[in-house]
Amino acid sequence: MKTDSVLEKVLSSGKLAVTSECGPPRGAAVDKVKKKAEMLKGVVDAVNVTDNQTAMVRMSSFAAGVFLRQMDLHPILQMVTRDRNRLAMQADIIGAYAHGINTMLCLSGDHPHFGDHPTAANVHDIDSIQFIQMVRQMRDEGTFQGGAEIDQPPKMFIGAAANPFADPFELRVARLAKKVAAGVDFIQTQCIYNLDKFEQWMEGVCARGLHEKCPILAGITPMKSAGMARYMKNKVPGMDVPQELVDRMAGVPKEKQAEEGIKICVESMQRLKEVKGVAGFHIMAIEWEQKVSEIVEKAGLLPRPTV
Amino acid sequence: MITAERKPLEEIIAYVRPFDRILLVGCNECVTVCAAGGRKEVGILSSALQMAFLKQGKNLQVKEHTLERQCDPEYVEELSSMIDGADAVLSMACGCGVQEVARRYRDKPVFPAVNTTFMGASERQGVWAERCQGCGDCLLGITGGICPIARCSKQLLNGPCGGSTHGKCEISPDVDCAWQLIWDRLKALGLENRYEEIIPAKDWRTGRGGGPRKIIREDLAE
Repeated sequence: MKTDSVLEKVLSSGKLAVTSECGPPRGAAVDKVKKKAEMLKGVVDAVNVTDNQTAMVRMSSFAAGVFLRQMDLHPILQMVTRDRNRLAMQADIIGAYAHGINTMLCLSGDHPHFGDHPTAANVHDIDSIQFIQMVRQMRDEGTFQGGAEIDQPPKMFIGAAANPFADPFELRVARLAKKVAAGVDFIQTQCIYNLDKFEQWMEGVCARGLHEKCPILAGITPMKSAGMARYMKNKVPGMDVPQELVDRMAGVPKEKQAEEGIKICVESMQRLKEVKGVAGFHIMAIEWEQKVSEIVEKAGLLPRPTV
Repeated sequence: MITAERKPLEEIIAYVRPFDRILLVGCNECVTVCAAGGRKEVGILSSALQMAFLKQGKNLQVKEHTLERQCDPEYVEELSSMIDGADAVLSMACGCGVQEVARRYRDKPVFPAVNTTFMGASERQGVWAERCQGCGDCLLGITGGICPIARCSKQLLNGPCGGSTHGKCEISPDVDCAWQLIWDRLKALGLENRYEEIIPAKDWRTGRGGGPRKIIREDLAE
């Protein structure tokens, strides 16, 4: 084992891992963090805590992650290169690790253009691949990115994202290979709706043996309504929602659409379980955390293993 | 070249309102090419300002002069014969030109009439686009001749983010995805394998990270 991460333990046990996410509140509303966390307790192995998601200011991932840790959950510290330079990032990584957070996700982050501070400068001192290299260096070599020795280095289990649906598609396996070469330990993918395309990407991934070097958690987001399906299809960059899914959601009465969304999501998970290289699931139930336990149960992934 | 765009007339009027005699100085280099501050634009702005003030009953005197190169002390010296006849200078050069005039004529207020925007190239008649951010350590030799620092919205050095769609950037369908362009070009050159070489974290000291930069050529410096 490289770290004390529970996610690492579950993944190395060979069982399918399950993670979910908790978006921190837009203010100091600790009770909201705790309420979301409570819904995920015992249901998933680890919980991503998002970092100023969609470029909107929220309680920091680090601070919200500490609350989760205090509740005996296992937070995955998300961090974007958009808001911090390498000094600030390393400082927060050490701080989070000192508070018992040993798993993280290295991202570049949504552009400020999408958020509520469009006038902000975006930092991008390093990119997501250099970010992985930096955290790996801190752990394995015990040195900062600048080369100096770290007094008690943070031993992070290092995650990153992959979007099999973005363009150019033919580059997407190579992009993953680059993250693996940089030292990533696990991958969480973009929400999967186009299963055929995902399987095609996974074939490429397996053909290069990347799945053996780095477990891949398939990203799942249940759709609440036909409106949400349409929005995801048309408005979210890098999202691939087939028209037939939108039609299926629109084909049921409004009050039954949420239920249909869960059904689609569980069906997808059943199919994805059989896909070679899928090591687990990352369930992003955006402001719908109460549904995660139902999804995990219906997908046959409860109880979670004790490791 | 360095590109610029003229500031809104109202902003320029606010700068020059306290003065009666203005020396309006253009530049014959980049701002002439991008039609922002050359001789022609100096003439147009001069007329616009005089008309605007005339409507308010003020006779603004504008002396027009376009220098060969406003960022060069040798040419800026030319203004010495005109400077006493002006209460303030309005410069249509890029920020380098404005600052050179301010440095040479210390007791004369100098105002910019253009916003200096970026280092770019002309895409077609009337359209210029950013190409370089002057990072001081050129990567174009390994990125297929397309700069990810200047042209990727997140200046990613190792490939496209998850927002690249149909060759366009997630921030706007009007912005090309730099990494799509790089990938297409690497393919055209038969250098696809080059993509998987990791470009390490950049040393920003050669860019703005190292503070204001200076080039000293010992063989040329006096």
